[in-house]
Amino acid sequence: MHIQRHFDRDLEEIKDLLLRMGAMVEESIQQSIRALLDRDSAIAEEVIANDDRIDRMEVLIDQRVIELIAKMQPAAVDLRFVATAMKITPELERIADLAVDVCERVIELSREPQIKPLVQLPRLAEDAQRMVRQALDSFVRRDANLARQVIKEDDVVDQLTVDSFRSLLTYMLEDTRNISPAIRLTFIGKYFERMADGATNICEMVVYLVEGTIIKHAPPQPA
Amino acid sequence: MSKPAKITVRDFDFYYGAAKVLHGITLDIPERQVTALIGPSGCGKSTFVRSINRMNDIIPEARGEGTIEIDGRNIYAGGTDVVALRRRVGMVFQKSNPFPKSIFENVAYGLRIGGVRNKRELHETVEKSLVRAALWDEVKDRLNASAFALSGGQQQRLCIARALAVDPEIVLMDEPASALDPIATTKIEELIWELKENYTIVIVTHNMQQAARVSDSTAFFMLGKLVEHGETKTIFMNPKEKLTEDYVTGRFG
Repeated sequence: MHIQRHFDRDLEEIKDLLLRMGAMVEESIQQSIRALLDRDSAIAEEVIANDDRIDRMEVLIDQRVIELIAKMQPAAVDLRFVATAMKITPELERIADLAVDVCERVIELSREPQIKPLVQLPRLAEDAQRMVRQALDSFVRRDANLARQVIKEDDVVDQLTVDSFRSLLTYMLEDTRNISPAIRLTFIGKYFERMADGATNICEMVVYLVEGTIIKHAPPQPA
Repeated sequence: MSKPAKITVRDFDFYYGAAKVLHGITLDIPERQVTALIGPSGCGKSTFVRSINRMNDIIPEARGEGTIEIDGRNIYAGGTDVVALRRRVGMVFQKSNPFPKSIFENVAYGLRIGGVRNKRELHETVEKSLVRAALWDEVKDRLNASAFALSGGQQQRLCIARALAVDPEIVLMDEPASALDPIATTKIEELIWELKENYTIVIVTHNMQQAARVSDSTAFFMLGKLVEHGETKTIFMNPKEKLTEDYVTGRFG
């Protein structure tokens, strides 16, 4: 016997709001990458201006979740779902802030000469973007396997961040005039790496949602 | 969110003989919403809900003072037709109380004493009421079976169907799920949620979680006084009164 509960509609609404927030964040990341590759300050300004909407969304979702806890006293998987929702929103908000940080550096870079063609950074950015998208997919589909796969990809992103920094370091050593733009690009690499960390955190929550196991701060299990 | 008041209560006092059990209750109960009345035992919430259809009239020496208006008309005014009032204001009790009759006759009862003789009309109304009480699918093939053959949760929904059959505007529920298991309780709560589309519902419950789940607004009573009335989410997230806070957090005493 399955009872249709109006509570399920409330949960569905929270999921929809989270997905809308996720779509906004993905858009910010996408735009920040474009701004970086095209050295386009106008797009960068747009991302910065749109960040307010994402912040408001975070507050809205938090309110809804707290109301739901107060009214419905969720249990078991429902409880894990609302706990997950509450932990995912700040991660998304932080990821959006990182996209804003990228855009601020892009605006600064646009006033300086380009020191080198970008090699590792575009890959790093795309990997981070894909991880965020897949993290959200794993949440929507309640797919712990996908979540675990995304978590593994974080190592690749970390390695790309190190490679990017090493490469930029050689430019700085070569010519001190490169230091300022190279540091900005190093920051940008770090921002994308932090986005991937955010995606990893979301995925850890998805595993908790699906299986009830806390996997963060634990050594990875052999496959 | 807030809808116009269906029931307007002003300075309402209630006495059992010399004992004053309700003190100056002033409260607006919104139309087509669920209003929950919560509070510790003996706080007056049941007395109050029974005042809304004058069920307390049958108790000797019980009397109310002040006004309770439904759609702007004082139900305590002289000349009020109490039978007509109770037709508009249905009631469901803690313990399901089906009549020793068939499922069909239980629901048809109010219609028959109201003078309905037309078989088709009876059948249509019984079906509609059972559908609205979310019981139709479970009983449609055995309408002539005894009401006592139903489970406790089904009997309670039958009583709700019986209350709905006479087409009330307000449904009062006094602990409608406290004698039921969790699944039957969930069904009743879902039903309450559906019913508010068409009816104004006032529910008394000592189960605070139930009040939180089903109601739009909540009134907290204590020692015969209304301590606080507000949106349910406010009462449970951020009540204005310290007493309410202590009660909903279980810090009483």
